[in-house]
Amino acid sequence: MDANFKRQLEKIACKVRIGIIEGVHAARAGHPGGSLSIAEMLTYLYFKEMNIDPQDPKNPKRDRFVLSKGHAAPALYATLAQRGYFSPDELITLRQIGSRLQGHPDMKNIPGVDMSTGSLGQGISTAVGMALSSKHFGDNYNVYTILGDGEIEEGQVWEAAMFAANKKLSNLTAFIDLNNLQIDGTIDEVNSAKPVDKKFEAFGWHTITIDGHDYDAIEAALAEAKTIDKPVAIIANTIKGKGVSYMENAVNWHGAAPNDELFAVAMEELTAALAAFN
Amino acid sequence: MSEVKTIATRVGFGETLMELGAERDDFIVMDADLAAATQTGKFKKAYPDRFYNCGIAEQNMVSIAAGIAATGKKVVVSSFAMFAAGRAFEQVRNSVGYPHLNVIIGATHAGISVGEDGATHQCNEDIALMRTIPGMTIINPADDTEARLAVRAAFECDGPVYMRFGRLAVPVVFDETYKFQIGKGVELREGNDVTIIATGLMVKEALEAYDLLKAEGINARIINMATIKPIDRDIIIKAAKETGAIVTAEEHSVIGGLGSAVSEVVCETTPVPVVKLGVYDVFGHSGPAVKLLDEFGLRAVNIVEKAKEALALKK
Repeated sequence: MDANFKRQLEKIACKVRIGIIEGVHAARAGHPGGSLSIAEMLTYLYFKEMNIDPQDPKNPKRDRFVLSKGHAAPALYATLAQRGYFSPDELITLRQIGSRLQGHPDMKNIPGVDMSTGSLGQGISTAVGMALSSKHFGDNYNVYTILGDGEIEEGQVWEAAMFAANKKLSNLTAFIDLNNLQIDGTIDEVNSAKPVDKKFEAFGWHTITIDGHDYDAIEAALAEAKTIDKPVAIIANTIKGKGVSYMENAVNWHGAAPNDELFAVAMEELTAALAAFN
Repeated sequence: MSEVKTIATRVGFGETLMELGAERDDFIVMDADLAAATQTGKFKKAYPDRFYNCGIAEQNMVSIAAGIAATGKKVVVSSFAMFAAGRAFEQVRNSVGYPHLNVIIGATHAGISVGEDGATHQCNEDIALMRTIPGMTIINPADDTEARLAVRAAFECDGPVYMRFGRLAVPVVFDETYKFQIGKGVELREGNDVTIIATGLMVKEALEAYDLLKAEGINARIINMATIKPIDRDIIIKAAKETGAIVTAEEHSVIGGLGSAVSEVVCETTPVPVVKLGVYDVFGHSGPAVKLLDEFGLRAVNIVEKAKEALALKK
């Protein structure tokens, strides 16, 4: 990847992380940990990979994205805002009465949101439906989705995986955000779906395991996915809470907002990281 | 008396999908390994490239349908009522209902008349479940004629539609002149002593009850309420005002179905007695469908009893 472009993406990811923290802090609620872990995947998809146009968000031939782990909505909203679907100023209305930015993505009211999600396990099935529609009606767009590593404990995920492979939905790519934590504890403590790659392979998918914060790895994986004649799962090893020191790998930041003091700490860290790009 | 033709409403569902398949190619039909029973197999045979079998995974099927609909395409999913409305309830609510997507759910084998399969498959709760989802349209056709018209109407509907069909062959009540409109009840017989509002296979029973009551000097008004949601408030309020007593009849639990929907309108607008005939908060069991309908009291004679109860309560 071009070094300047990569630097540009890294800078956008930093702004996305600031948007996540500002939104969750203003809402006094939300899910910062699993939002911060997917900033690189989302920014690569929306700024490089996907055939989309913020000026024409309903174009029937556009690529689709489904945030199957819908609780990471703050990350999706911040990415959409950076991409120009709406103003980043709106991010601080997250979860407020009268705001479009619902606690979980709402396709009816938020520009750029392709599917309403939040109930875990359903998003991947809807992405499968979109990929099927694309192939069936000859529209030839690609469909991307991000699932959580806790989310894949839902049985519906494996129903969707079975079907996608059976119907050879090669236009479907699913990222699994393997950050090793879910609300009640570590993935291993609660009910591990590991080995995740072997499970998807057993269900007929091609898998690629990467560092989910490495843009070169994301780019290479998506390029490889295009050459495969079956659905592709990209197992992305990530750090939950990435970018905010006290949130990194800390289970208690799955679904909690920072108080004013910790908000200041997070903003200091993120603005310093952003300043480093100038 | 001429022989009355009997046919299951699920047959009209399958055959109308096949007809629509010849008229338009902008929709997909899906089933969950029950295509022969639900009758979507007819469409599958005629248009194999437009039919997708999801296997025994109704939750996945419903969310897949939501994804297809989210791309602006029409889609029909089918399974037994127990699994379409029951097992996949949350997918219907969150994947389909919340975004108000154009998914048509063709739920067959509803009610006690499933027969021999017994309680696990006799879904008497689907209307109650579906009624709680904002924006859901619910249609429960009375016979083959209405079933076919309802399928066509569902294709023109904005938002999700839940259609309820039966396994049992039931008499054809309506001829080709019958007009069906979503959201409109139809007055089948005039009368001012009591109103019987029926849905599904109970409509035929209500028409028989009309004759039985007439013989006793009671003039019953008979209304077919095929659309349970949105319910036709006007026809209910008018009946409450003009007849002062109402009986509801449905092959469904008395909790949450037609009887509840009618009671809600009546209580809030025109309080008069409403007596509900349906399945009284019990599970079904195995047996021939026609015997179960007798045993569970879903017959014209039972409607007559309820009409008399309602008349006794009438002020």
